[in-house]
Amino acid sequence: MGKDVIEVEGLTKVFNKGFVAVDHVSFSVKEGEVFGFLGPNGAGKTTTVNMLITVLKPTEGRASVLGYDVVKQASMVRKVIGVVPQEYTADEDLTGYENIILCADLYGIPREVSKKRALELLELVELTRFKDKRVETYSGGMRRRLELACGLINTPKVLFLDEPTLGLDVQTRAAIWDYIKRLKREYGMTLFMTTHYLEEADALCDRIAIIDHGRIIAIGSPKELKEGLGGDIITISIKEDVDVSELIRSVDNVKDVRREGGSYRIKAESGEVTAPIIIETLRRKGYTVTRLSLTEPTLNDVYLEYTGKSMRDAEESREAFVAHRMTLRRARSK
Amino acid sequence: MSEYRPSALRGLLALTGRELKKWAKEPIILLMAILQPIIWMGLLGKAMNINAIFSASSLSNVNVPDISIPEYGITIPGWVIKQKLMDAFNSIGASVMQNVFGVTDYFSYMSVGMISMIVMFTTMFSGMSMVWDRRLGFLDKVLSTPVSRGAIIFSKVLNAALRSMFQATIILALAVAFGLKVSPTFNPLNLFGVYAAIFLLSVGLSSLFLALALRSTRHETQMAVVNLINMPLMFASNVFFPTSMMPEWLRAIASVNPVSYLTDAIRQLTILPLDVSVLVMDFAYLGVFAAVLFAAGITLSWKYLTR
Repeated sequence: MGKDVIEVEGLTKVFNKGFVAVDHVSFSVKEGEVFGFLGPNGAGKTTTVNMLITVLKPTEGRASVLGYDVVKQASMVRKVIGVVPQEYTADEDLTGYENIILCADLYGIPREVSKKRALELLELVELTRFKDKRVETYSGGMRRRLELACGLINTPKVLFLDEPTLGLDVQTRAAIWDYIKRLKREYGMTLFMTTHYLEEADALCDRIAIIDHGRIIAIGSPKELKEGLGGDIITISIKEDVDVSELIRSVDNVKDVRREGGSYRIKAESGEVTAPIIIETLRRKGYTVTRLSLTEPTLNDVYLEYTGKSMRDAEESREAFVAHRMTLRRARSK
Repeated sequence: MSEYRPSALRGLLALTGRELKKWAKEPIILLMAILQPIIWMGLLGKAMNINAIFSASSLSNVNVPDISIPEYGITIPGWVIKQKLMDAFNSIGASVMQNVFGVTDYFSYMSVGMISMIVMFTTMFSGMSMVWDRRLGFLDKVLSTPVSRGAIIFSKVLNAALRSMFQATIILALAVAFGLKVSPTFNPLNLFGVYAAIFLLSVGLSSLFLALALRSTRHETQMAVVNLINMPLMFASNVFFPTSMMPEWLRAIASVNPVSYLTDAIRQLTILPLDVSVLVMDFAYLGVFAAVLFAAGITLSWKYLTR
């Protein structure tokens, strides 16, 4: 982890009709890290990405990628980044191979280099067998993998992935996750990704920014964010009908104890270490623990904590989402 | 990687190559595109046979009685008079055709107009393809690469021009096969002039339609624009009829309509006795039209492609 690769300060995008899609967002992404933008649909994730990849002009604020300003040095930014957009953008009438070569040409990569590289990338995303088939015959997962290959053609230093697993089945999603992990591990690439899947952010990202209504409401590693909630929840029951709250509270790392009916709800840091200590403490005093459960807070709890609503509730139906996107596109183009 | 220098030419060729590849993969599009002028050539050029109207065959069932002049004691048989009348009518008809269309057969006249029509239709769809590229996300991806913004527009313009030239070749060849008569001043080298004229109008028109499509995300809007423009552009010109026969107001429109200049330039180079001063005028107009609209298209693309 070295210097900051992406620096964003007060980035804002107001579309016509006064719709504030991104509202004074600031963050930085370090070299070699996987940084995730997590939020429900319509939270401003894609708009932020589009500003960083120079497709959209910010209304206010500034952002730089590898030290190049996204507005003033847009063409420098474009050279060093790779983009895997949310939509399937490959040309359906061309074959997978032709699409990658086209991307390479747009980056000005000499053919003798790009031909070799295209084959390597097709191998990486396991599309070698289908390279001469038209993209219109590809499944959703294959298209996404092709987008990934296109995004990597210029061996970018920073790769932007916008909802890389949107609408994919579980298996394909797992495959994409694998590629992302490999990119980080083997190439030390810096990745900026957006997602509205909590599991995805949790599994892949070194650090996450939770974004809602165009604002960043929390930022940190998944672990930090979860621990920021005050730790894990341990629930225990004892055989004896005595109040042992004070005894439990005396254990290190225990934040809060509440007696609910016959059981105790304990908030503790590093629950998996603390729980055995609690049991041991109780046992030494002669109490018998009959039941124990340990739940780690999920990112959903984090989301709940900051926005007051569950991430799942915040999600619109697929139709509403598409309709929303269409309006956004039109709004942008005005 | 920064060590690769993406040149504007490289990007232009790549994007134009993409368009042409797509086109080559769907021969049905080519077929549909040339079918329309062929239908026009059959229906209007052959079925509506204007030279037959002005020829003696349309007098064949006129019955001329014998005329006797008793003072001189002679009788002129009706068929002799009819023959004379038919001869006279034939030469009047030919002269009317010659004066109105510049050639004695209408088919030659209108089939050259069909080349203009195919240029018009081909260029109109360049705007549409821009809208599709935006809708399908392809444009966003291209915009995120370092390719020159101008190359994005230029590739569409070039593609439209190349397609027009190719399709025009087919139409011209078919027209010759169906009876287009070239003038005595025709020289095979004139074909270069024909291509140059087609290129200029294609560049002008496709730049215009692309500029209209730059920020559009709705292909319906483009369709409406194309539908609105194509009829007046085609009929307020010399594609089907000479402007000299038109009322004043229509002639005024036709005289600024670039389609008229392309049609006239190709006619000068193929079926009409070449009048160099007229041809120079045609090219000057087409050249200015292409240059102005292309410059406008490129300027707007720099400004508006990034939102």
